[in-house]
Amino acid sequence: MKSLMMTVAVLALGATASMAQTVGFSQIGSESGWRAAETTLTKQQAEERGIDLKFSDAQQKQENQIAAIRSFIAQGVDAILLAPVVATGWDSVLQEAHEAEIPVVLLDRSVDSDKALYLTAVGSDLVHEGAVAGQWLVDTVAGNDCRVVELQGTTGSSPAIDRKAGFESAIEGHDNIEIVRSQTGDFTRAQGKEVMESFLQAENGGKDICALYAHNDDMAVGAIQAIKEAGLKPGEDILVVSIDAVPDIFQAMAAGEANATVELTPNMAGPAFDALKAYMEDGAEPAKFIQTESKLYTQADDPAGEYERRKDLGY
Amino acid sequence: MTALLRITPQLLTLAALMAMVTLFFPGFLKIEFVDGRLVGPVMDILKRGAPVGLLAVGMTLVIATRGIDLSVGTVVAITGAVTAWAITNGYGLGGALVLALAAGAVAGIWNGCLVAIAGIQPIVATLILMTSGRGIAQLVTEGRILTFSHDGLAFFGSGDLLGIPVPALIWLATAIGVTLLMRRTALGLLVEAVGVNRAASALAGVNATVLLIAVYVASGLCAALAGIIATADIRGADANNAGLWLELDAILAVVIGGNSLLGGRFSIAAALLGALIIQTIDTGILLAGFPSEYNLVIKAALVLVILVLQSPNLAGHWYALRRTFGRQPAATTATAKGAKQ
Repeated sequence: MKSLMMTVAVLALGATASMAQTVGFSQIGSESGWRAAETTLTKQQAEERGIDLKFSDAQQKQENQIAAIRSFIAQGVDAILLAPVVATGWDSVLQEAHEAEIPVVLLDRSVDSDKALYLTAVGSDLVHEGAVAGQWLVDTVAGNDCRVVELQGTTGSSPAIDRKAGFESAIEGHDNIEIVRSQTGDFTRAQGKEVMESFLQAENGGKDICALYAHNDDMAVGAIQAIKEAGLKPGEDILVVSIDAVPDIFQAMAAGEANATVELTPNMAGPAFDALKAYMEDGAEPAKFIQTESKLYTQADDPAGEYERRKDLGY
Repeated sequence: MTALLRITPQLLTLAALMAMVTLFFPGFLKIEFVDGRLVGPVMDILKRGAPVGLLAVGMTLVIATRGIDLSVGTVVAITGAVTAWAITNGYGLGGALVLALAAGAVAGIWNGCLVAIAGIQPIVATLILMTSGRGIAQLVTEGRILTFSHDGLAFFGSGDLLGIPVPALIWLATAIGVTLLMRRTALGLLVEAVGVNRAASALAGVNATVLLIAVYVASGLCAALAGIIATADIRGADANNAGLWLELDAILAVVIGGNSLLGGRFSIAAALLGALIIQTIDTGILLAGFPSEYNLVIKAALVLVILVLQSPNLAGHWYALRRTFGRQPAATTATAKGAKQ
């Protein structure tokens, strides 16, 4: 009897897996270029795999996301992707999905609900991103003395705290590298440029600065302009390393004005679909957190080509 | 002479602030001549103070009519977006500047009509554009940072003329132009009259409606200039962040300049000094190298001290305090003197 039920279940699963699946995707909204790129890539990934993607834009409102998930459940989708706008308040709607036996995969951000209520969460490790950037600098300066200036993200935001901590952990024990100035640039180009100007003034016209570490690419792009206007060569006189891998930083890298960036990949859907496929076909329970790769790109990684590949993703 | 007397408190405040920043950062007043241009923290303040300085010029006029313009930060974003859009779509430098100024003027006419014709309170009327305008800017940029590479336009943000940064020249020229227009003609007096009592000035023959719309248009045009500078500076229009909360800095600059929010007499020079005071605080904090968590706390504390020192009531309290505590020692000396005799 038990084995018969198993066979039926496996057959049923096999049938759904071979058919074109339907997946609902509740996206936060279009808060940033990165978010737009994530939406574009999710649609691309679904198309490549022959998945029918039902897309819902929540316009930054949790109630819209909850409504979207309820409508996905009512439509009987095979799985749900959720990029939660906030961390709390998901228990009841996740419970409904759980009872309807629809697996939910969280993208990019996590929630404070019981881990049993969702299949897995796909995201990046912000501390690790900072560590990759720091390790790049450690390897690049190769023991030479290096005075680093740091452009932090918005004060108190988790990317700013974690990316700072990661970078500091990577340079720990390397006494030749020292962060001499650290200020917030609010993740924007304009602030990145203004703060970098004051760093240059304060550090002997920039001659005492060996490297710049920016918590995101936008601030680095602003800072690069400030360095140029101060009569120095960004990328040579001052090394520039940042995080995110948006198209504009690849343009700067192609021009030799930036040295390295750590990718925060907008392709969260790829690993999510892979995990769903393994779960549906083989019943393989994925780990509760799937960490995306924080890939390091340098000037040697064809920045001009990377720019071409990314510029139409909606960044 | 009276004009100089009017801005003395602001000049003293600015001098005191600069002395304080020099304590924390000794090289603050140093200006060097590098590659044909003046370089130094003071030049950075003149350059970085441009957006708030320009907004403060327009805001002073609006506030003088007992109004307020909350939409200027958003208009910076809209006009910046229009500038970048025009330059990337091949309208050329002239076209981009004209379109940006036109967008600023349209925003001003919108605000002015709501205030002067529809009779909506200025804080509410301009709040409409403040909250919705950023959406308009995002429509223009399609939600991205719209970048361009055009050296002619970039000149307005980071170029320099005779060694002086172009943004500093733009706000200086705007301020001088507007001041001359206001003080060498009767216009300034009429603006003040409308601010003091609109009904009375209308009865006296002042066309208050047109004048009100005109000051909001002036504010929009100043915001457009600020938007052009902000966009030229980073060679891109960032609709989400350009001019964000700048209206508050502009109002603060006008208030530090000793202008009353109740309208009436105004001083553009004092408001500009207010803008420079704010920028000196901002740049000083960056140069001093405090942890970024303290930025806003330090700024708030300094602004509080400045405003309290300028408070007209304080002069009265100060006088009363001196009388209460000052009489005692004076009396003692008097008795001492008496005893001696």
